[in-house]
Formats: sequence, structure tokens, C-alpha cells
Amino acid sequence: MIGRLDDLRRQVMWTRLIAIVEEQAQTLMRTAFSTTVRDAGDLSAAVFDTQGRMIAEAVTGTPGHVNSMAEGVKHFLAKFPPETMREGDHFITNDPWLTAGHLHDVTVVSPVFLDGRLAALVGCCCHQLDIGGLGQGPDGRSIFEEGLQIPLLKLASAGELNETLLEMLRQNVRTPMQVEGDVLSYIASNETGARRLRDMLVEFGQATLDGVGDYILEQSLAATRAAIEALPDGAWSSELVLDGYDAPITLCARLTIRGGEMIVDFAGTDPAVPHGINVVMNYCRAYAVFGLKCVVAPDVPNNYGALKPFRVEAPAGCILNVQRPMPVAARHVVGQMLPDLMFGCLSQALPERTPAEGSSCLWSVQLRGETQARGAGVERFDTVFFNSGGSGARPGLDGLDATAFPSGVRAMPVEVTEAGAPIVIWRKELWADSGGGGRYRGGLGQVVEVGGRFGDGFEVLAMYERVANPARGRDGGQDGAAGTVSLASGAPLRAKGLQRIPAGDRLVLKVPGGAGLGDPAERAAEDLARDVEDGLVGARVASGLADR
Amino acid sequence: MARSGVNIGRRARIGSDIGGTFTDIVLEDGERRFSTKRLTTYDAPERALLEGVAELLTQAGLSPADVGLMVHGTTLATNALISRRGAVTGFLTTEGFRDVLEMGSESRFDQYDLSIAKPAPLAPRRLRLTAGGRVAADGEVLAPLDEAAVERAAEAFAAAGVESVAIGFLHSYAHSAHERAAAAILAERLPQVSLSLSSEVSPEIREYERFSTTVANAYVRPLMDAYLRRLERRLAQAAFDCPLFLMLSSGGLTSLDTAARFPVRLVESGPAGGAIFAASVAAERGVERMLALDVGGTTAKICFIDDGRPQMSQGFEVARVHRFRKGSGLPLRIPVVEMVEIGAGGGSIAHLDRVGRLNVGPQSAASEPGPACYGRGGTEPTVTDADLVMGRVDPEAFAAGTLSLDPAAAETALRKLDPAGDARLLAFGVSEIVDEAMASATRAHAVEQGAAVEDRTMVAFGGAAPLHAGRIAEKLGVARVIVPRGAGVGSAVGFLRAPIGYEISRSRRERLGQVDLGGVNAMLAEMSETAHGLVRQGAPAAERSERRTAYARYVGQGYEISVEIPARMLGVGDEAVLLEIFESAYRRQYGRTIPQLPIEILTWRVNVSAGAWAPQLREPVGRLREITPSTWREVFDPAAGAVRSYGVVRRETLSPGDWLRGPLLVVEDQTTTVAPAAFDVSVDAYGYLVLDRRPATGAPS
Repeated sequence: MIGRLDDLRRQVMWTRLIAIVEEQAQTLMRTAFSTTVRDAGDLSAAVFDTQGRMIAEAVTGTPGHVNSMAEGVKHFLAKFPPETMREGDHFITNDPWLTAGHLHDVTVVSPVFLDGRLAALVGCCCHQLDIGGLGQGPDGRSIFEEGLQIPLLKLASAGELNETLLEMLRQNVRTPMQVEGDVLSYIASNETGARRLRDMLVEFGQATLDGVGDYILEQSLAATRAAIEALPDGAWSSELVLDGYDAPITLCARLTIRGGEMIVDFAGTDPAVPHGINVVMNYCRAYAVFGLKCVVAPDVPNNYGALKPFRVEAPAGCILNVQRPMPVAARHVVGQMLPDLMFGCLSQALPERTPAEGSSCLWSVQLRGETQARGAGVERFDTVFFNSGGSGARPGLDGLDATAFPSGVRAMPVEVTEAGAPIVIWRKELWADSGGGGRYRGGLGQVVEVGGRFGDGFEVLAMYERVANPARGRDGGQDGAAGTVSLASGAPLRAKGLQRIPAGDRLVLKVPGGAGLGDPAERAAEDLARDVEDGLVGARVASGLADR
Repeated sequence: MARSGVNIGRRARIGSDIGGTFTDIVLEDGERRFSTKRLTTYDAPERALLEGVAELLTQAGLSPADVGLMVHGTTLATNALISRRGAVTGFLTTEGFRDVLEMGSESRFDQYDLSIAKPAPLAPRRLRLTAGGRVAADGEVLAPLDEAAVERAAEAFAAAGVESVAIGFLHSYAHSAHERAAAAILAERLPQVSLSLSSEVSPEIREYERFSTTVANAYVRPLMDAYLRRLERRLAQAAFDCPLFLMLSSGGLTSLDTAARFPVRLVESGPAGGAIFAASVAAERGVERMLALDVGGTTAKICFIDDGRPQMSQGFEVARVHRFRKGSGLPLRIPVVEMVEIGAGGGSIAHLDRVGRLNVGPQSAASEPGPACYGRGGTEPTVTDADLVMGRVDPEAFAAGTLSLDPAAAETALRKLDPAGDARLLAFGVSEIVDEAMASATRAHAVEQGAAVEDRTMVAFGGAAPLHAGRIAEKLGVARVIVPRGAGVGSAVGFLRAPIGYEISRSRRERLGQVDLGGVNAMLAEMSETAHGLVRQGAPAAERSERRTAYARYVGQGYEISVEIPARMLGVGDEAVLLEIFESAYRRQYGRTIPQLPIEILTWRVNVSAGAWAPQLREPVGRLREITPSTWREVFDPAAGAVRSYGVVRRETLSPGDWLRGPLLVVEDQTTTVAPAAFDVSVDAYGYLVLDRRPATGAPS
């Protein structure tokens, strides 16, 4: 249907919209202060029609944000109806239940006006490093301990910043200037998007985004439906056991494919726990759908239409649909495992397209401490750097070594991290032999060793998964190596919770490997030889082969 | 080759650009210009070059002794990186960091694609060895270099037949002694192996980018060194005794010796030449704000030129595994002309994606099999097919009439996109999408640069740019487009316009208000001396100028903006000046400053150049004669969304002062300039076509 003039113009606008959201994301990374945003890209940016339906999103984002924001904008519209919005208004919240699942993710939504009329909405959601409270760890017993809660509020009215809110914010965080700088960067990003969007609407003679929005959503919905309709109908169940905080947690899923829809039901999943690893419904839906979409319709641009054929349900009160005021700060340790659970279901329906389980949960090294060694009084620090384990083997391909999946973030450079805090990262390299053997092997994990720059002790806010429950191999593939958390001096540490690294000692993390796919005996000889020559595979896999 | 200065007693200057397909050579002799295109001779690239040079000398009636300057650029280093035909390369790095090159940013460049492959490091793991020794972020030594480990590495490299070694230790930008000590050991043990040190190749913070750059340098160095030495010898044998300069990615020129040491700095020399070419047009015409659009068969390059200088960047990505996908290539941290390159050109193939969206590129039919209308076996619809079906290209006058185009084959190919569709509408769709892609890339680039687009003059060169520049200008709101002469060999012409220059960046963190002036001044003086030395080597007689830049940000941010600083010792009062410059630059780019926050400088840059080209300015001619085309052709007009009657003229029939009304096609041997209905076309004093948008006079008819 592209041989029609109107359709062509809509396609040109679609191309433009994707460029606009990318500009928004770029502006965020260039002006933000949180390393999570500026170096790691833990953010999302999107445009919405006047009903709050997501029309386009930046590919820079991370699934937990993007798909959560797709759900969140309707709450802004309910509280601030379009007829009350004015040009220069900006709205904000970090309510985990309305947006991205923990207080550190701040969402700002801004109306776009054209000729005095609401034409569209733009929004961004960013991981704010400092939101006060305990810091991002699983130790809070309720949301009230985890940091400052910002309800749905006006951040600016007709261009005037809400100084009361900003003062409140500054008073409640450890690094007030940077946090305010971050909030200003969200506005700068939305304003960039709004400006470009207005230019585009004027150029194409559109009063609002709704016309082209309908077209985009219809096309995307139809393409996703077609992709799902090409799959076998049926229902498949799977379970995944996680380490949990102090006791294992079982996640259950039943996937039904029927009539061009994919329905996921998490009935049977364990209840929420009194530690901050609980997942709100938005975030649960975000990662579950992401896992399905990667396999089923990866090339359909992400928007309201593309997401519509996926339905996700979870019983209220289970760990995947936690209710207020349970703690949620480290919800990613459970949420990021959901694609693996989806792969468990999909591998029964579509074995030829579904990867094996991976390390999945991002291993963030969140440290804090102080030193007086520089002779300039007490120097406090609070720092984070990201580390990824191996992804699961893929049909026809090995898993990716030390690569974030499903998270979309990037690792910070070691030199930048060390320049910003008095720590030394003594080791950060691939963990040989940690990928599960298989016809296609799992991606390798990595080893990370970190100490105080001047030998001082420091604290780690541990939130690590797959220490007791490694990634499971499939079709004869072996499990990935389980992770470990310990001191360099030898004593093991708990995988979750605030702990102290004594002076002179170091924290050692072995970030898990991904699982293998298929019989290791079928692995291509040259691939095995290359791995052995490169020292990536040795004793563990070799012994696995000998056992057969 | 004699190291004399540019011999102004001799008239002729030769620029040569070895590209992936063609070797372009340009000879300028006063007002005369001769050019030729030859197929690149991969087995010995200097052969096509020397043959082409001989051909042009004959045409011009000159001998090698008449040549006063040769400037050379080449894509050989780039090709070696893309096709992985470099040296067996070892990498010696800090213990605990063997896999930095492999792990990179630990991310996926495509969020949803489960089957991505990451670029393999140029040095495989078995050739990446480590040595103990650790430096902290502030340059203090935490553990001494383990020299025994370096010696063991030397043995292992020798046993593995390594030809080139890169050395990269953590924080070596702050403390390079460990790298130098390791290099001394390796040099003694491995006298035949070339060594590249990260503290010399790219002394900047962020280990992945620095190591990647250093290893890339090591990877191409033996090959480039051998090629450059061979070229030097062959030129001497052929009795050329003028200086030979190499074009850098930064748009400056350097000596052959420096190029052989830091060949990674040559990778974008061709596109840099194009940017310099555009800058020379800006200088001739006095254009302050320019947008250069260079569109060839496979890619489009877009670059901003302010005040006659191309914008600069400190890095880019080469050899992307997934063409043009950001993050899928090898990062190089080198001074480079800031440009975006997208997979959009005359040969770009149109296809439908799963959602039924029309996409164009990045796959290209290239020259083999070429677009469907070439009749050489191509069956996929390309941008050139679309141009033909829309009526923009005369099937009998393409490539000076050497290739007759087949419109029916083009229509058949286009109908693959929608069998029920009208071929002309489909062609329009292809053209619109590719133009939109270029316009979008331009806008996105403007955001990254904090620059505006609408007030710029566009200069269009490369075979496919004149066909599309008018429409892209409409999309961008640009009011003027210039199509210069010699557009087909623009890069080689640009080489002859480039200054001899060298640029050095160093990371050193200083907080504004507390700058260690003594330390900074000493560092800048040392950088300046090095850069002056390298430039002096290339142009002993020429006057040199120096520019210094600081890269600053608010403490806590991750990106810097550039601030020009005075090229002299900094004094106490200079900090307040720097603050002011920073704040105004920041406000311009992001709307508002953050007054309470401290500002820090991370990186310092010194740029020394000499022998800048000065344009021969000509008096503007204005519009003297209106020309009415004698032939007309039906052409699909994108702005109208319908067929319009376009005038057709041959470019060689026009002279300075002529002007015509659009819609118009100006046909020449290598390309056609399409002037949309809203534009007038005039010929300026230089013989350049100037497309000007007429002021709006109510609704278009």
C-alpha cells in the first residue's frame, strides 16, 4: 500500500518521529549528571498522541523504562486532563506503581502545543542515581525507607519551575545540585523533542500527532498480529527458581497463543517478600513482553500498537504484582529474569527461535564509603558501575560474552569510575569456562575485583542473582556457571544486602555465565579449538565432554 | 624526497585520493585543472596513482620537475580494518584487563535483535597478554611494572609470529612511564616488530576507546609503512623531488614519516578531503555557515562548516559489522572531521520491512551489478532507478552517454515494492524516503553539534548529491544550494586546499577556579612543541599558527563542550574568561546554565597548522542574463506530488551571470542538478551553480 501519496507522507513522518526521539535521548545523555544516564544510557524517550498512546520510542532505551512509560502516561492524563494543560507545563513522578517500578526512575511528561491546542505529548524516564533514602539496594522494608516519593506533580507551570518541589527534592538527596541538574536535563530533552515535533506537524500540515499516530499504531498492530498468527496456537507453562533474598523464589508462567494474541499469566508465582526485590505490574509487563517480542516480532518498532497483542496478568500481591507499600528498589534482580521465564515457555512452542537462559540480572556494583587519605578532610563517595554476565546460547549462535541482556545499558569505563571515586578496580575480565557448554555455548561471565584506593574499608549494596540457581541449559546444553560474591581474602559474602568490605580487603565478584544450547559433542570442532586456544574454555567443559 | 618547503617557483600541484573503487587524481596548474579517475589497483595501489599522474602531466604538457606539491589520501588503512587484512597484532595490557577490547561497553547495539554479532577484536585473545603494574586515576603508581612479565610476553609474541604490538595500560594518559618502559623491553627483544603506545596514539581517558585506537594503529602500521615507503621510492625514481604530504582524518596534512607512525589517523582522509573541498567553496563565496552534502553510490556524508572550517570531532567508529549501526564498529579516538555517514546513495536498494514500511539502504547495488536500469543484471530497485523513472535523468545522456539506461527495467524493479502501484509514485516514494533519511541524519547531527540547519548554505557534491540536494534543502528549510565544479573528484581537489597541521589531545582533569596553572602550562607547552615539530618537519618554511581548545563540563556530567583558550601561557585572570566562554556555549546548546555547579576541564587540545590555502576571490557577477531552456521534460515533482514540466539545459552551455527559473534540470557528464519549482538557478563567478529559493509569494500554484 505504499504506492499511495498519503501513505508515503505518513511513512516519511514515521521516519522523522524516530529521529526526534533519538534526539531527545541524545540530549539527555549529553546534559545528565547521573552516570547511569550519561555513561550507561539507562533512560528512555518517547512521543505520545493526545490520548497518551506511545507512538515512537528511542532505541537507546532499556526495556524496563520504555514499556513502563508506555503504560505510565495515561496516569498523567488522568490527573492532569488535556484541557487543563498549558504550554510550558511539565509533569513529573517517580511513583513506582505508575511508572518504572522504583523511586530511582523519574519520569517527566510534557505537552506539545500547536496553535494553542494540545498536539502530542513527549516524555522521558531516567535512572536517577540519588533519590535519597537508603540508596538502591534491597534492604528497605517499605517504600518509605527507599527514598523520596514524588507523586504526580507539576514540575513547571507555563514555563515557571516549581521551586517548592525542587527545594523539597534538594533537601532530600545527598547530591542536591546534580539531582537538580538531572531534572533540568529531563526538561531540556523534552523541549528538544517538542520543538522538533512541532516543526514536523507544521511542515506536514497536521494539527496534532493523532492522524499519523493512528496510522503507525494500525500498521504496527497488524504486523505484530501477523507475526503471532504465524505461530502455533496453544498453551505452555514454565517455572523459574531464583535465589531470592534469603529464600528461593519460584516464578510461574503460562503462555497462551491464540487468535493473534499472546497472553501471559503468572498465577502460582510466590508472594512478595519484605525486601526490595519486588516487581510492580508495569515493570513485570515490560520485561515479560520484551522477552516475547524479541523472539516473535523483533523488527516491529516498539509502540502502543506493537505492544497491544500482548496481555500480561499476575495475581495481586505476588512478587510480580507487588502492592503498596512493599519495597521495590532492587526490582531489576527479579524483573530482568522474566525474559528467561518467557523463553522457558517459548522454547516449547518455538525451539528453533528461542535462546537458552542467561545471566540476565545486571550485576551493579554499588559502593559507598569514605576516606581521609588525601588530607582534605573526610571524602565521602557513593558510586556505581555496571557489569554483565553471559547471555544464553542462541539457536545457531553462541551466547554473547559479558553483555547486558535483557537490560539495554552500557558499562562505564573503568578509568572514568576510578576518576570519580577513591576505588581501584583490580580486575575486570572474562571468566574463562563460565559459559555452559553446548553445540552453541553460553556467553562467558566476568570476574570483577575492587578495593579502596587508599586501603580503606567500604560498603557494598549487594543485589546479585544466579548465585544459587545458575542459567539452565537446554536440549543437552550445560548450565552456565553460577555467580559468586566473596572477599579477596576468601570469606564468602551474601549475594544480597548491605555488607562491609574490611580495610585492606577487596570485593570479588564472579558474574554468572549463560547456558548452552544443544549437545556439546555436536559443537563444531573449529569453534571448540578456537575457544581452547583463546583460553576461554578449559577444564569445566572438557570434563563435561568426558562425562558423556 | 627532499624536505624543502612548498616550492612556489613551480606551478603544478597534484592531489590524489585512493578510494575503494576509484583512484582520483587532480592536477592544478594556475587556473588550469586536469583530473582523471582510474580503477584502484589493489595489489600495488601506487601503480594506478603513478599512471594517473603521468597521464595528467602529459595532458598538461608538464614534467615531474614542474610539480611543486603532492598531497595524497588513501582509504587503504580503512579497507585493511574493514576486510581484516592487517598485521598479526599483539596487545600488551594491564593485568586483570585482558578483555577490554572484547567486552567493550558490554552492550548490544540493537535492543531487540537476538542474533547480533559483535565486532571481533583486531588482536585475538591468545595474542592479548598482560603484565602487572598499576597506576591510579591521578597518575600515582600503585604497583610497579612487572618487567619479567613483559619479557615473557615478548617471547610469546615472537613465538606467535606477531608483526606489530600495541601497548595499552590503564591510566597511561596520566602516567606513560610504564608503557615506555615496556616498549623499551619489547623493542630490544623484538627489533623487527613495530610498537604503538596508547599514551602516544591517543592519550585520553576511557580505556576501551584508547586501546581500540592503539590496536587499530598497530594493525595497519606495517602495511601502511610499507606502502608509503614504496610510494616514496617510486616517486623519487620517477624524478619527483617535491614534498609529499598525507591527508589526515582531521582535514590537515602531515609528513610521510608521521603518517607512517600514526596511520590510524589517515582512515577518514577521503571524506575529510571532501569537507575541505566544501570549506574552500565556503571561503571563495564567503559563506559563514555551510552544510556539506557528499552523496556517492553507497553512502551520504553530511558535515557542517562554520567560518570556513569543518567541525571537528575527537572520535568515530570504523568497520561497523552491521553497516551504519552505531555501536557495531571499532571506536577510534582520533581527531576527525565531524560528519555523519549513512547508507544512502545512488545505488542504495529500496525494500519493504515487516511492517510494510518502505526503507532505502544501507544495502547498495554498488557498481556491480548496479541499479536495475544499468542492465548489468541488477534487479533490485535503487535510488538511481527511482531518479530515472521520475524523469530526472536522461536515459541517453547518463555518464556522458557511455551507458544507456533502461527505464523499463527500472520500472519493473520498482514494482517489486507494490505490484499494483504506479511506478512513478513508487519512484517518488523511494526518492522521498532516501531524501528524508538524509534530512533526518542532518537534523540529528545538528542536535549533537548544537547547531541550526535552516540558516545554512548547502554545498552538494559527489555523483548523486546534485540530484537530491534541492529536495533535501526543501525538507530542511535551507534556502540556497551550491553545486561547484569538479564535484566528481571533490576529495582530491580538497587535498590541495588543506593546511599542513597536527593535533594532539591530552586528558588532564582540572577544576575551574583551582587550575594548577604551572602543570597545565607545562603540559600545553610540551604538546605545542611536539605539534610544531611535526608541522615544521612537513613545511619548514611556512608560518605556523596554533589553536588550543579545552573540553569542559559541569562536574558530574559525562559529555564535554569545547571552549577555545588562548594559545599562550595561562594566567590567573584567564579562569574567569574560560568560565564566561563555557557558560555562553552551554546556554547556546542546552538552553540554561546551572550556576551553582563547579566546572571542570577534562581534555586539552593543541592544533598547529601552516600554509593555509587562500582562495582567489572573484567579484560577484549577479544575474546578468535570463536563459530560457529550449527543451523540456516531464518530471515527477516531490513537493507538488505530481508531474511537472522541467526545463533542461547543459551545464557547459552556461556562463557566469546566466540565470534560469526552476523547475529545471542542469545536465553535465557526471551528474544532473535538479532545481525544484521553488528555486532559481544562477551561475556565479566561479562557474558554480547556485540554487536560490524564491521568496514565498502566496500559495504555490
